Amino acid sequence: MRAGNGRGMPVVSYVARRTGLSALVALGVVVLTYLIARVVPGDPAGVWAGPRASAAQRARVRAELGLDRPVHEQIVSYVAGVWRGDWGVSVHTHRPVRSDLFGLLPATLQLVLAGLALGLAVGVPAGLVAARWHGRWPDALVRTGALLSASMPVFWLALLLQTVFASRLGLLPIAGGYDRTVLAAHPVTGVTGLPLLDAVLTGNRAAAASYARHLVLPALVVATYPAAVAARLVRAGVLDALGEGHIQMARSLGFPERAVLGRFALRLVWNPVLQLGALVFGYSLVNTFLVEAVFDCPGLGLYAVDSVRSLDAPAVVGVTLLVALVYLAANLAVDLAQAVLDPRIRLG
Amino acid sequence: MTASPSLPLLLRVRRAPGALRGRWTLVLTAGGLVLVAALALLAPVLAPYPPLATDLARTLRPPSSAHWFGTDELGRDVLSRVLYGARTGPVVAVTVVGVSLLVGTATGLAAGYCGGWTDEALMRLTDVFLAVPALLLALALTTVLAPGPAGLTVALVVTWWPWYARLVRGEAASVTGRAYIEACRTLGLGHRRILLRHVLPNASTPLLVQASTDVGGVLLVASGLSFLGLGPQPPAPDWGLMVEESQNYFTTHWWLGTFPGLAIMVVAALCFLLGDALRDRLDPRHTPRI
Repeated sequence: MRAGNGRGMPVVSYVARRTGLSALVALGVVVLTYLIARVVPGDPAGVWAGPRASAAQRARVRAELGLDRPVHEQIVSYVAGVWRGDWGVSVHTHRPVRSDLFGLLPATLQLVLAGLALGLAVGVPAGLVAARWHGRWPDALVRTGALLSASMPVFWLALLLQTVFASRLGLLPIAGGYDRTVLAAHPVTGVTGLPLLDAVLTGNRAAAASYARHLVLPALVVATYPAAVAARLVRAGVLDALGEGHIQMARSLGFPERAVLGRFALRLVWNPVLQLGALVFGYSLVNTFLVEAVFDCPGLGLYAVDSVRSLDAPAVVGVTLLVALVYLAANLAVDLAQAVLDPRIRLG
Repeated sequence: MTASPSLPLLLRVRRAPGALRGRWTLVLTAGGLVLVAALALLAPVLAPYPPLATDLARTLRPPSSAHWFGTDELGRDVLSRVLYGARTGPVVAVTVVGVSLLVGTATGLAAGYCGGWTDEALMRLTDVFLAVPALLLALALTTVLAPGPAGLTVALVVTWWPWYARLVRGEAASVTGRAYIEACRTLGLGHRRILLRHVLPNASTPLLVQASTDVGGVLLVASGLSFLGLGPQPPAPDWGLMVEESQNYFTTHWWLGTFPGLAIMVVAALCFLLGDALRDRLDPRHTPRI
């Protein structure tokens, strides 16, 4: 988050410094999660070998998994493995963690991105409306709505929506990420990796409709928090901006109020919105874990919960590492975007 | 959020009515939270039934005069369980914030005051913790610690302290170079005294605001973890766990999950409101927007 403090620091060295720091943090995350997973009580080798394995078999599995070596050696070999693309083998699915994770990541990313897009689409106009009619009933409505959306437990909202729209009204599917029968008849070929986008891009209407119908309720739930944050930020930012000279200038030049808010004041708000963007992204990313658990959508969340329940250390470390990497990448992207857009940041 | 210094008049005019109404928000939200604390403390007196008492003759009854919030699948009174639930989730949240505050403040003061390598090392350490979203890190940690309120608290403290460290470090670093701190040093005051009496007070307002908001945030994350089965274990009356247990009955018996969920929402909303009200009242750099 910290900007370069050298005078006239060029963009390239800012980018290099920022990227280097992210790599260092990623290394730290690996060590941290590995240390956590290593102290998992219980016996991963026992889980792996099965309940009826003999002591000798368990010992062989321990040696095979490298659990008999000192912790620091294990970390070094784990980091080296991750670097080579070998993330270890999951204890509960018996498949390589990396292929498990990268198979599930697109579904989760799709849910987060849909939720964020929906949240911004609702939150930004809501914030503008609140600022436009500041102190009147639309403002009160938006503020109350934002407060309630931020304080609602995600899993509870998911259950409520599932009950009302899926069970009672029967409008949308109750659970799952897609219809197996539809996908079997209309297989989706990957272009971008995001299932819904692929289906749309390849003109596969049946599959796209199936994905979209299953995505509506989970995305709505994920969208509530970003919508609340965006509404609050935009409202506060626009109200602050209205005190600025150039806004009053625009007003006195006779621009309609719509243009003053939408064209001039809103421009000053993007920076704080972008700044919180990465944080909200991270929060929404883990919110999807709870949402996936309720709607039983296959994704990183369900995988993480299953791994935790079966004491699957390589899988837990893998999920944590992957989410941290995605989150770091989002942070980095935000910082770089800001540095490019706002010379005050890169020049310090 | 810094107001432009060239418009003092405008700010003062805007501030006056807001400040007055802000006081009411503060009184009301603080009162609401005191009420929640009272309900938690007096749960044994107020609850109409023991929270664990099953009554298999009266299972899944809808709300009535005998059971205001209805009964669950084992015939337990939902109202009593919600009241007792105020003794786990919110208590975990307050404890987590309190301990994180202590750890984070100490770390932040050390980093901001010492500067140099200490600062760099400590802040990179917080970077590592902050790179993993709280719920995920806590999820990984709760598997290590035995599931239950204690494990939940420890896991959340580990994920929450870096925020306070960052906050305090920023405030401490900004005043450490100031003349009055130099003066304290010249007068021969000990580091401890300078830190606690002259550096820390600068951070007290943002810390207070952050802490009251965070109690709500931690409550939401903690409830999420108990919803996943990593918090208090059945038959404990915990709000997140109650929502989880109601999952199979939600369509047909709405009262099982609705009331505990509402309880989480109300307490979290009160905490967020309190944080906003405190900032409006205490932070001179912030213009209240009522």
